[in-house]
This record gives sequence, structure tokens and C-alpha cells, in this order.
Amino acid sequence: MHAFANPTRFLALAKPLTLWFLVAGLVMVLSGSAYGLLYAPEDRLMGDSVRILYIHVPTVWLAMGGWTGIAVASIMQIVWRHPLAAVAARAIAVPGAVFTALGLITGSIWARPTWGTWWVWDGRVTSVLVLFFLYLAYIALANASGDKGGVSRVTAIFGIVGAINIPIINRSVVWWNSLHQPASITVSGSSIDSAFLWPLMVNVIGFSLLFGAIVLMRMRGILAETKVEARLKRMAAE
Amino acid sequence: MNHWPFVLASYAIVLLGTAAVIVFSLATMRKAESKADQLGKRQ
Repeated sequence: MHAFANPTRFLALAKPLTLWFLVAGLVMVLSGSAYGLLYAPEDRLMGDSVRILYIHVPTVWLAMGGWTGIAVASIMQIVWRHPLAAVAARAIAVPGAVFTALGLITGSIWARPTWGTWWVWDGRVTSVLVLFFLYLAYIALANASGDKGGVSRVTAIFGIVGAINIPIINRSVVWWNSLHQPASITVSGSSIDSAFLWPLMVNVIGFSLLFGAIVLMRMRGILAETKVEARLKRMAAE
Repeated sequence: MNHWPFVLASYAIVLLGTAAVIVFSLATMRKAESKADQLGKRQ
């Protein structure tokens, strides 16, 4: 990981990867969504609303994965002082917040025909809403810190402390009574039939690739802005 | 209850939201990189 501490070496890898992630992600998401929408079978109990599964699960997976990424990058920033870790954490925050909002909205839309209500204040829904507010607070803290390229130590500590919410989201359906179903996919296997599982997996991988492309684009943007600022300072000093 | 309006609304929101964040990130990156390139050429 320290091999990519040099921005030039990182950019040599990031430039081709951005395009590959973007193209592969778009192909997978469009094909997975088209299959889920048009060809996947309807569920015996949930009917056609089960098709929301193929876009709701990837968005919530990326909401949680995004904050886990922020926490890992923040640890790397504080412990190893990796110069790109803070840039990566900052780049993850906005797409993480967007996917959390999309997960909450699609969950609410799915709840109406299946639960009979748009919203319930249960453990799962409330903890994901808390995650959304954590993202907003992280973005505000990162923007408020004077460090243009990365984030301050306070922001990094906030990124690590906020990660306590991730296992709470994961275990919320076990710890508290909830209308939300328990986890269908665990480390020990899946209780979802393969007819529903494979388009879901295509979309989870596809959306993850798109998220990777977005983070790389944002990192490249932040690095270019830092470069411009450094050059302008040097020109002003000469 | 007809589920299709709920399904279509969900897909539209997610696909448009994802497209918006991709386009915004791409535009910001290209603007910053071209500014850095122009400044590099001037020096």
C-alpha cells in the first residue's frame, strides 16, 4: 500500500482503472437491472415489489462499505501517515452519502407495498438514517478543515469513531424487533433462491465498480486541485 | 395493490442518482486536471 504513497505512481494506476471500473460497472448495472426489472420471477409473498431488491441492497451495501472505507483510510492516515489515505477518505464521503440516501429512499418505497407504511422507527432504518447524518457531519468537518488535499486529524478520528454504527446496522435486525427481515446473505451462505441471487450479485458487483470509479475520479480531482494550489503558491512566491 | 409504480420509481431514482454523481465527479475531475495541465504548460 505504501508503494502508492507517491501520487505520480498512484495516478499511473488510477487513470486506466477509472475507465475500466466505469465501463465494467455500467455494463453490469444496466444488464443486472434490466434482468431484474424484466425477466426475474416475482416473489410468492412480495410479488413484483421484490424487484426493488436488486437496487436497494447494492445501495445499502455501498453506504456501509463506504463508511468502512473511510474508517480504514482514517486509521492509515493517523497510524502510518499515508499521504493518499486522507484524500481517499474525503473522496468516499460524498458518494457514500448519496448511496445512503438512495438506500433510505428505495427502502421507504419498498416498505409501502410490503409493510403498509413508508417509514418505521425500528433499529435498522433508524441506524441507517444515523449513518446518513454521520456522512453529512463528516463532509462538513472535512470542508471546514484547512487542509485542502485531505482532512484534519479531528475529521479522521470522527471517521474512526463513526464506524461503531456499522456493526449496529448489521446486527440491528437481530438485537431489536423489526419489520425488516433478518440477513439473507451471511458468511455461512445464502437463503435466497438462485433465480433472485445471481442478478443481485451482478448488481452488487456492478454498483461497487461504479463506486470505485467515482472515488478514483474524486481522488484525481482533489490531487489536481492540490497541484494547482501548490503551483500558484510557488508562482506567487517567485 | 399494483407494485409496478413503486418498482419503476425506485429504479428511476437510483439510476438517475448514480448517473448524477458520476457526471458531477467526472466534470469536477476533468476541470481540475485540465487546469493543472494548463498551469504546468505555462511554467
